[in-house]
Amino acid sequence: MQTPEQIKDRILAALPGAHLEVIPNGSPANQPSLLLDHGQAREIAKFLRDDPELRFDYASNVTGVDWPEKVVKEKVKVRKIIDGVEQEAVELVERKTPGFLEAVYHLYSMALGHGPLIIRLRTGNRTDSVALPSLTPVWRSCEFQEREIFDLFGITFKGHPDLRRILMWDNFADHPMRKDYVPANEQEAKP
Amino acid sequence: MIAPPPELQTPAAGDIAGHDLLEISMGPHHPSTHGVFRMNVVLDGETVVKLTPVFGYLHRNHEKIAEKNSYLASIPYTDRLDYICSMTNNWAYVLSVEKMAGLAVPERAEYIRVIVSELTRLQNHACLAGFLLQDMGALGTPMMYAFREREKILDLFESLSGSRMMCNYMRFSGCRCDLPVGWLEQAVKVAAGFDSFLDHFEALLSENEILRARSQGVGVLPRGLAVNAGVTGPALRASGVNYDIRKVDKYGIYDRFKFRVPLGERGDVFDRYMVRILEMRESLNILDQALRDIPAGAIVDPKVRLRNLRPKPGEAYGRIESPKGELGFYLISDGGPSPYRYRVRPPSLVNLTVLEDMCLGHTIADVVIILGSIDIVLGEVDR
Repeated sequence: MQTPEQIKDRILAALPGAHLEVIPNGSPANQPSLLLDHGQAREIAKFLRDDPELRFDYASNVTGVDWPEKVVKEKVKVRKIIDGVEQEAVELVERKTPGFLEAVYHLYSMALGHGPLIIRLRTGNRTDSVALPSLTPVWRSCEFQEREIFDLFGITFKGHPDLRRILMWDNFADHPMRKDYVPANEQEAKP
Repeated sequence: MIAPPPELQTPAAGDIAGHDLLEISMGPHHPSTHGVFRMNVVLDGETVVKLTPVFGYLHRNHEKIAEKNSYLASIPYTDRLDYICSMTNNWAYVLSVEKMAGLAVPERAEYIRVIVSELTRLQNHACLAGFLLQDMGALGTPMMYAFREREKILDLFESLSGSRMMCNYMRFSGCRCDLPVGWLEQAVKVAAGFDSFLDHFEALLSENEILRARSQGVGVLPRGLAVNAGVTGPALRASGVNYDIRKVDKYGIYDRFKFRVPLGERGDVFDRYMVRILEMRESLNILDQALRDIPAGAIVDPKVRLRNLRPKPGEAYGRIESPKGELGFYLISDGGPSPYRYRVRPPSLVNLTVLEDMCLGHTIADVVIILGSIDIVLGEVDR
């Protein structure tokens, strides 16, 4: 199979102007992924499915990941003037990374027997900008799995044919797989 | 002529305006739904015009529980996903962790994993064939025959792991304990007996006219739809798609064994039944080779720390060919003692995507056998 970098170049050749980014993966599994922009996500997905050399006809695993806002403390080397002499010093800098929700798709090719290609889509934040384009029109296998993400993570998929809760009951309010979810007490949790 | 109530005026119902439609809630306590599964079926006479599956009765948020547990503590929970096939669930999970942490597995443990997984496949398919015939109205006999054979395999699991169904047997980079004395000889005997059981079962059923009349041409799943809808396992291969993860990924040591991948032609209920019967023959084939070649040696790498495992930050997706289809685990580590994200890719849930497409136009009695031929377990669907 081609590497994600090669696939990225191939997509850019076919769909100029697409925004793509290769996300490295630190584990020995070595499965880097491609981050797609919302705008062309469905065109790129169609291209990945139909391109004769890629033919990712099978979307295997579709899931969500919650990344809450994080404060990372980093040590940064700076040059400072200490006692009148410019010196190198280490400063502790707090950096805030904004939170977002992520949908991850693992694609395989049944026709050519290769994979996985991992594509990711990210929402703007975790509160009011949580819409992503649905890939169910491209791969039917996303139908229930995207419903599950909607149910448990609270990502809304635009263009999904039947976006309802799937595992929790219909008038349940929260999204249990979010990292900051606090379960209601037993009494309230009854449907 | 009574017009259907507004909530039933769906596109499908609109096509046959003027007919009396009946909405039935089938399940969650219906015996043919193999657990707590519910289908809202809209019927025109006896013909299905709309079918909506309803999930969640067995939902316990398995994934959230695992994200609070250590990596090791999740192994027994995976037993409860597809509670008929705990060995393959264990394998899928430990395979993903091994991928993420970069662990190697000793030779003997790989052989044991193949042996117990193929035994699992045998008993799952035997159960499925028994249940399916029960659903078709062959009450009792085929299921009891299948369960008699399954019991012998469960006895093997019990002497190996201490438990018939919740085996909790595999560990990262190996297995929990070595085979008991005489276990291999017993397994050889069970495998030999299974072969003659299959001959018997097939003579009784596969040529049976009633079985053929009930299942041929029913619930056809076209090849293109099967691929696009992510159907995996025997249901996919019955539609003629040659995709077996044991062959494609060659995980474990599956590249060492000679076996064929049975394929169906039409993708109807009969093909799905027959593919499973043929797969059992191939599993016996693999078992013969594995039981013959299994080497002596360690069953777990002594250097691997099972407790307090902390893989490097990163992610991994590992998958295996479970008896029901592609069972995958997607794990993200942030370097801590429990996974940051733990996701089960359940074959049973994804295979249900096409349930409505397969059932439309068939009778309510056929819905039961179409569902039976997909082979679902609700512990895995609802998680």
